[in-house]
Amino acid sequence: MIEVKNLVKKYGGHLAVDNLNFTVEKGQIYGFLGPNGAGKSTTMNIITGYIASTEGTVTVDGHDILEEPEAAKKCIGYLPEQPPLYFDMTVAEYLNFAAELKQVEKPKRKEMIQEVMEMTGITDVGGRVIKNLSKGYRQRVGLAQALIGFPEILILDEPTVGLDPKQMIEIRELIKSLSKNHTVILSSHILSEVSAVCDYIMIISKGKLVASDTPENLSKEMAGAQKLSLLVKGSPQEVESAVGNIHQVSSFCCEESEQEGVLKVSLEAEPEADVREEIFFAMADRKLPILELMTTSMSLEDVFLELTEGGEEPEGEEKGRRKSMFGTRLKKTPEEELEEEEENHAGNL
Amino acid sequence: MLAIYKREVKSYLTSMLGYVFIALNLLLVGIYFTFYNLQYGYPYLDYTLSGVSFVFLVTTPILTMKVMAEERRQKTDQLLLTSPVSPGKIVLGKYLALVTIFLIPMVIIGCYPLVLSSFGSVPLKTDYTALLGYFLAGCAYLALGLFLSSTTESPVLAAVLTFGACFLCYMANSLGSFISGTSFATYIALIVAAVLVCLLVYAMTKSSVISGGLFLLAVILLTVCYFAKSSWLAGGIQKIIGIFDFGSPFSKFLNGILDLRSVLYFISVIAVCGCLSVQSIQKRRWS
Repeated sequence: MIEVKNLVKKYGGHLAVDNLNFTVEKGQIYGFLGPNGAGKSTTMNIITGYIASTEGTVTVDGHDILEEPEAAKKCIGYLPEQPPLYFDMTVAEYLNFAAELKQVEKPKRKEMIQEVMEMTGITDVGGRVIKNLSKGYRQRVGLAQALIGFPEILILDEPTVGLDPKQMIEIRELIKSLSKNHTVILSSHILSEVSAVCDYIMIISKGKLVASDTPENLSKEMAGAQKLSLLVKGSPQEVESAVGNIHQVSSFCCEESEQEGVLKVSLEAEPEADVREEIFFAMADRKLPILELMTTSMSLEDVFLELTEGGEEPEGEEKGRRKSMFGTRLKKTPEEELEEEEENHAGNL
Repeated sequence: MLAIYKREVKSYLTSMLGYVFIALNLLLVGIYFTFYNLQYGYPYLDYTLSGVSFVFLVTTPILTMKVMAEERRQKTDQLLLTSPVSPGKIVLGKYLALVTIFLIPMVIIGCYPLVLSSFGSVPLKTDYTALLGYFLAGCAYLALGLFLSSTTESPVLAAVLTFGACFLCYMANSLGSFISGTSFATYIALIVAAVLVCLLVYAMTKSSVISGGLFLLAVILLTVCYFAKSSWLAGGIQKIIGIFDFGSPFSKFLNGILDLRSVLYFISVIAVCGCLSVQSIQKRRWS
C-alpha cells in the first residue's frame, strides 16, 4: 500500500528523517513508536504530502506523492498531531466541509457523516461550535474528519492524546475494528497503546528506523538473558555472598525496598540455565528467607528504551531512581542507568 | 475548490470581519456619494470614487489578513494540503470568496446611479465604467492582500504588510514624481538594487562567486548602458515604480474610458499575486 524509500528530510542543518525505508501492507495496523522529536510526525507529514521530502520517494497505492499528489491523497485520511479544526464551524458543518473537500458524492455525504459521527461518538455534539468543545471531543472530531470518505489508508498522529482512559479504550477499539477494511498507521510515544493495538511496530529514533517487527517478536528477540527479581530478607553483604557462588549468574544488584530489612534483588543469568533452584538453596543455606521470586522477560518498554537510547552518552549527574511499572530491571552499565532516567517520560505507559 | 469557496464565504458572513469590511465600504462610499452627488446634484461618480479609493488601504487588510495566515496558525492548512485539492485550487477558491464578499457592497453601490437617475438624466455608461474600475482595483488589492497573507502565519503581520503594500501601490504615482528622473539617478538606483539582489542571492546560495559575478555583470551592463545610451535610463525609476501604480489605470476608468490596457493591467496583477501565493504555499512545503 505504502512504500517509503530512502526518505530524508533536512530542516536546515538538522536531520529530522534519516534514510527511512519501509513498506506497509494492506489491512494491518502499524505503529510508529519513538521518543519525542524522533521524526514520527515529520514522516507522516511527508507520506500525506503535507511537506516534501529532501530526498527519497513515497508511493501510496502505486501513486507517487509528488508526481500524482491528488490520486495519492485520495487514498489517505490523515489526523495530524493537532487536529485541523475550524473553530468557527459546528461539528456537522465541519464534517460536511471535509466530505466535500474529499470529493464524497453529494447523495452519500449525509449518510457517511452520520455513520462517522456514530463511530467516533460525537453525534450528541453535532450542532455545537468546535470552539466550545473540550480537547477530547476535538480529537474525536479530528478523527472523524480522517475517517470521512473511508479512505483505504488512515494515518493517525497520536490519536488518543487528550482523551480520558475510557475514551482511549473506545478509540483503540475503533481503530482495531477499522483495520478490517483499512490500513492504519498510527504514531505514539505511549507503548502500551502500540502494543495493544498494532500488528506491527516500527521503532524510530533520531529519524532512523531502529526496529520493525510484530510486538511478540520484538520482545522475544530482545530478551536474550534470563532475568529474575526477588524480595529477600537480609543484608546486602549476605545476599552478595549467597548469589556470588552461583556461576551462571552474570550480574546482579540489590536495592532497599519499602519494607525494612527486605532487599529487592534483580539478577541476570545465562539464558539456558534455570538458576531458580540454586538460588533457593543458596539463600536457604544462609537462612535468608525469599519472600518473592519472579522471572521477568524483557518487556516492550525495555526493548523500546534500549533501542532508542542505547547509543547515547550517559549523563552522570542526572541519574534518577524511578521505578518502572513493568517489573524490575537490572542496573548494569551507565547507559542503563540513563534509561532509568528516561522512564520518567515512559512513566505514563 | 467549491468546498473551500463555500466555507470561506460562510466564515466571513458568520464572523465580524466580513461585515466590518462591507460596512466600511458602504459607509465611506455613502458619505462621499451623499456629499458630491446628492448635495451638489453632480451626475458623475468620478469624484466620489476617486475620493473614496483610499478605502482599500483600510478594508483590504481587514478582509485578507486571515485568509491564508490563519490557516497556517491553526494548522488547518494540514487538512487542505493533504486532501485531494491542488494548492492552485485552494488559492482560487479563497480568492473567489474574497471577491464575492467584495461584490456585496459593490451591488449596493451599483444602485447609486439608478437612485441618481430618478432626479434627472445620468450618464449611466460612464458611471458604470467608473464602478467597474473601482471593482477591478479592489480585486487587485485583494489579490495583493491574499499573497501577503500567504507569506506569514501571523494575521496581524499580514495586515500590516498588506496596508504597507497597498499604500505604496496607491501612492506609487506621487512617489515616483518625488524622485529625480535623470539617467544618473536611475543608474545609481539600479546599482543599489543590484547590490540588494546580489545580497539576497548570496543569502540563498551562500556562494560568493555567483553573487559577486552577478553583481559585476550588472554593474558592467549598467555602466555601458549609462555611457553609451544614457537616454535609455532617463525616467527609469518612474517606469519601475509605474509597474506598481494602481492609481493611474483606475483613473482612466473614472473618466469613463474602458481602457483595455487598464483592464489587462488589473487582471495581470491578480494573476501574478495568485501565482505568487501558490508558490509561497509550495515553498513552505519544501523548506
